[in-house]
Amino acid sequence: MLSCKESTRLLSQAQDRQLSLPERLQLEIHLALCKGCRNYKGQLNFLRAACRRYVDQTGQSGD
Amino acid sequence: MTEVADLLVDSEFVANLRHDMLRFARLQLRNDAQAEDAVQETLAAALVNAQRFAGRSAVKTWFFAILKNKIVDLLRHQGRTTNISALSAAEESQDQAFESLFKANAHWQPGARPAAWGDPEEALRQKRFWDAFDACLQHLPENTARVFMMREFMEFGTAEICRELQITTSNCNVILHRARNGLRRCLEHNWFADGEQPC
Repeated sequence: MLSCKESTRLLSQAQDRQLSLPERLQLEIHLALCKGCRNYKGQLNFLRAACRRYVDQTGQSGD
Repeated sequence: MTEVADLLVDSEFVANLRHDMLRFARLQLRNDAQAEDAVQETLAAALVNAQRFAGRSAVKTWFFAILKNKIVDLLRHQGRTTNISALSAAEESQDQAFESLFKANAHWQPGARPAAWGDPEEALRQKRFWDAFDACLQHLPENTARVFMMREFMEFGTAEICRELQITTSNCNVILHRARNGLRRCLEHNWFADGEQPC
């Protein structure tokens, strides 16, 4: 079974590439059981959203 | 008509634009002189190509598109002249901080377990959040930040980043993981823990 530390690495890579089926299955099983890692995933999604917004608001009108 | 040329003689417009572009360029390049140059060149290129621009609404976006190209060129150059995969003291300390989040069995220490951050929209609407976000980006080690920003701000794929900066895919994964973890820990401490506004 995946450790939390390994899960964080896969969650990061999931932001950059399509995970393989075994990776996805392992991760899903871990996430189902681990609230900390579910939150970690939510935080990474938040970072992505914040970065997109950061570029948009710097690059668009209004200050 | 050359609307862009008209805008470039509006000193207030130019001052605001310069200010925003400099902030953006400094964050990515971590080098004030290079950031100044990139912004200067962007304004010059915009003036030369003014007639190619149509539609006032996206004028700032257009400037930023030019600026991003300039920044990418400079990052590419920086990537060739610095050893991105060498670990600095700041990066080692980020990695130690990451390791300390876990127990010996590689599961979360009780006090380090990531918390739910609630509704992202709520935070993203607040100006003070962006100050904290800026500060946390600045706090990332230089090379870590460079790779992260190429990925998240310039929206490069990891294959492109590896090629441009001449690093391996696994190295790129390690750096992005370090950046994300550093940023999320910084925000957790500086925004979500005590900076959050009561509703």
